[in-house]
Amino acid sequence: MSQRSNESLRGVVLDERVTFTLSEFCQACGVETELIVEMVREGVIDPAEEAPEWRFHGHSLVRAQTALRLVRDLDVNWPGAALALDLLDELERLQRRP
Amino acid sequence: MKFKDYYEVLGVKRSASQDDIKRAYRRLARKYHPDVSKEPDAEARFKEMREAYAVLKDPEKRSAYDQFGENWKAGQDFQPPPDWGSKGERSSGGRAYGGAGDFSDFFETLFGQGGRGGFRYEAGGGRMRGEDASATISIPIEDAFRGATRTVSLEVPEIDSSGRLSRRRRTLNVKIPKGVTAGKRIRLENQGGPGMAGGAAGDLYLTVEFEPHPLYRAEGKDLYLELPVTPWEVALGRKVKVPTLAGTVDLKIPAGSGSGKTLRLKGRGLPGEPAGDQYVELKVVVPPAADAGARELYEKLEQEHDVNPRAKLGV
Repeated sequence: MSQRSNESLRGVVLDERVTFTLSEFCQACGVETELIVEMVREGVIDPAEEAPEWRFHGHSLVRAQTALRLVRDLDVNWPGAALALDLLDELERLQRRP
Repeated sequence: MKFKDYYEVLGVKRSASQDDIKRAYRRLARKYHPDVSKEPDAEARFKEMREAYAVLKDPEKRSAYDQFGENWKAGQDFQPPPDWGSKGERSSGGRAYGGAGDFSDFFETLFGQGGRGGFRYEAGGGRMRGEDASATISIPIEDAFRGATRTVSLEVPEIDSSGRLSRRRRTLNVKIPKGVTAGKRIRLENQGGPGMAGGAAGDLYLTVEFEPHPLYRAEGKDLYLELPVTPWEVALGRKVKVPTLAGTVDLKIPAGSGSGKTLRLKGRGLPGEPAGDQYVELKVVVPPAADAGARELYEKLEQEHDVNPRAKLGV
């Protein structure tokens, strides 16, 4: 481990203020470019800036990683994962209300 | 090592068909998948299910596992027979995207480390990137307002001296960025599991949750506060003190406000561009007629200002 436990780590909040290039995004997801392109084409994630210089918001990273797990573990297809993600977002929004 | 009853985990009979097993797994996976489930032990349950399914969906692994017969019960001490060769792929040939999940020692003894999802292939030269880790961090709303440093303790994978992947507890001090909201994820690059053969470490993702607060409820960057007020404060439109995270402020109540009316203190929520607002919900409290003086005032109101609040109800 490179970090010792007594120093403070500064992370990045995955929201609209942070963006990733396509290659950073692929690396963070641990997948090849083709899979990200497929996710964009299927409407799972929307790039913050369009091709050729695709950039993605932090929120898209959370979405993409969740979609990858859903596809892997539940054998759903991309549109199915996108639907589940939208419903999960909605559920979370409702649950944060009184 | 404890014996694991994979049939029990998936809730199927030993005689279940491959289709039955698939169906049972799918149904349970939808219920317990950590991204979907609100069950408190979803993650642990799901890990077990995936391991059970990895064995039972594969006819070769299943028949190897079935050799132990039904006399074995979950939790029993277990040692594989001495002539047992590992019945599965040795290497982690898993899916490209990682986190295929670390399976139990029981699984690994029987089937090798094929279930190890600790690594993800990286381009070139057999380098493998470490596993991403995730945890939830529960903070007081004040931390999100001011920023803070919090300690997080989590289990991380580690490669021991014999080259095996094991887990150890690790404590990290993490800066809580000002303005973070509940449900957001903080990414700490390279703080996940270690890489192999020169591969980069995985990342750590912390999901932020707010501890319940005695006064405020947060919705995104906005804060909600219930403010007790007297009937005359709302009827006459008085100035009252309101707590905010930055300190007490004065709030002028518009005369004639009713109970439940919500007022907005702009920019008094969690910081950001723009900052959130604080919403103040008026809750009219009626002091009891506790002594003669109070009683007299209520009676005077009754006599001189007789209103029927139920007029709309037709009574």
